[in-house]
Amino acid sequence: MKQFKGRPVVPGKAKAEALVSHGGFNTLASFQKSLMFGDKNATCSDQNNPDLYQKPMAGKALCLPMTIGSTTGGMVLYTAACMGRQPACLLFSQPIDSLAAAGAILAGVWSENPMPTVDSLGEEFLQAVKTGDSITVEEDGTVTVG
Amino acid sequence: MRLTPDQQAMLDGAKGETLAKVMKTLVMYGEAFGAEEMVPVTAEKGHLVTSFGLSMMKPVYDLMDQLIEGGAVNGQKFSVDPRPLDPNVPTNLLQKLVFKFMYSKQDDYEAQLRQLGLLEDDAFTCTCYLPQVGNEPKQGQVLSWAESSAVVYANSVLGARCNRNSGILELFGSIAGCVPKFGLLTDEGRKASWVVQVKTSRRPEAQILGSAIGMKVMEDVPYIQGLDQWLGGQLDDAAKAYLKDMGAASASNGAVGLYHVEGITPEACQQGKTLIRPDAQVYVIDDAELERVRASYPCIWKDPNAKPKLCFVGCPHLSLEQLNQWTGELCAALEQAGRKTVAVPTVFTAAPAVAKAFAKTPAADRLKGTGVVLSSICPLMYMNNPLCGKMPVATSSNKLRTYSSARYYTDAEMLQIMVKGEC
Repeated sequence: MKQFKGRPVVPGKAKAEALVSHGGFNTLASFQKSLMFGDKNATCSDQNNPDLYQKPMAGKALCLPMTIGSTTGGMVLYTAACMGRQPACLLFSQPIDSLAAAGAILAGVWSENPMPTVDSLGEEFLQAVKTGDSITVEEDGTVTVG
Repeated sequence: MRLTPDQQAMLDGAKGETLAKVMKTLVMYGEAFGAEEMVPVTAEKGHLVTSFGLSMMKPVYDLMDQLIEGGAVNGQKFSVDPRPLDPNVPTNLLQKLVFKFMYSKQDDYEAQLRQLGLLEDDAFTCTCYLPQVGNEPKQGQVLSWAESSAVVYANSVLGARCNRNSGILELFGSIAGCVPKFGLLTDEGRKASWVVQVKTSRRPEAQILGSAIGMKVMEDVPYIQGLDQWLGGQLDDAAKAYLKDMGAASASNGAVGLYHVEGITPEACQQGKTLIRPDAQVYVIDDAELERVRASYPCIWKDPNAKPKLCFVGCPHLSLEQLNQWTGELCAALEQAGRKTVAVPTVFTAAPAVAKAFAKTPAADRLKGTGVVLSSICPLMYMNNPLCGKMPVATSSNKLRTYSSARYYTDAEMLQIMVKGEC
């Protein structure tokens, strides 16, 4: 069991299975097909992300360095949250980027399905966590792996 | 965060609950990045990234309704990204049916846009900054935009100031008339943490150079050296068109919101190497590196050896200069091959205002004679139709490649496909 301390961007508690992307997470490319065709598991459709491609994202503790790609990204996360297909939480090794922050905050302020979001967990977090690990998130930004 | 009395009143609900939530969202957004104040949006017009009435995006349209009902209509008029539909773009019956289902909210959404402050009925393009369109910010102006290719162009080529905002957030900034000051709105945030040295033997393909830069620097600011020699040493229309495409590729293949090109872009010309941070990393791009990057693109066509069934050129939309150049090169190549029309259905895309300006030139009839369709559609929205996505579509856009099943080809290869049907 390992603990990491980050900054809570959208504070909250979560417990979920880890889904780890070591490269930048392209929000639009990842959610595009699942939102369009009603896939409740939110299966990742980003062909350029070998860590996540064709894996379900809904309800997972999404562990990532940052998000990249289209600036519809925040809106896409917000939409996923409104439809109940959002990750259980967003855990960033780096300081959060503007698109992910927008998505997490929009979901927190305007939807009924907030995504607790923690950033600045450090590179060692992404090195330690593996897809399938059990993750617990506390309101103060403490993340427990295992 | 320090707020002015007016901003604080809005946050406290003096202008209603909806505007209070708009301001709360902006304040939280700013606080996530350590912003200490809001600054006024000083550009005359806004621009929205959401142009499509996609049936599955219902939550976004519900939010728009909340804004309209709450009186949170826009302080700024705005342009919007391209429409997702154009009957002139080749489609079969089944594809048409799917489009009808997918974009069933289009008319309703456009009605919402008109209520919120749409500039004019034809203000749908991702290249709102082109002079024909009339939404060209000035250096130093603060924007609340989100379209990634427009943000990177406005920051880099025009010297305006805008963060890589998300869709919806950009509308909130326009409504509130202010945005949190952080990142690319600050002098420090506009400094480069990468020096990109272009050491190629010929002018790099803009789309591959931008892709390489984006994949390497991600969201950082690069200072690009050695590119000025390939751009003629000045920021003319040809250089602007090149930088438009390079920037769009860097923004979609990575998350670049601003780049400086030594001797070319305004801030690089004014401030030179003082824009480079002392601890900046170096990335050398030579012919081999560009080949490596190109070779890394996956081809997800069902049959990788298939002949293209459709060609898309213009994501982002083409400038007038590019439309003229493509028309000239295509007509010359067709003539050389002894053909009058293209061998593969081909769509060139440009802003409605650019297409109107092009229609007044002699080149317009020449292009029409080749069989190429000139449209203002969003190619990505077209490719989102799963029946279109199954087709082998060729494109010279790295952005379209990234977000769809379209396969990337260089400009020269695209020309060959249009003339011979294959590359």
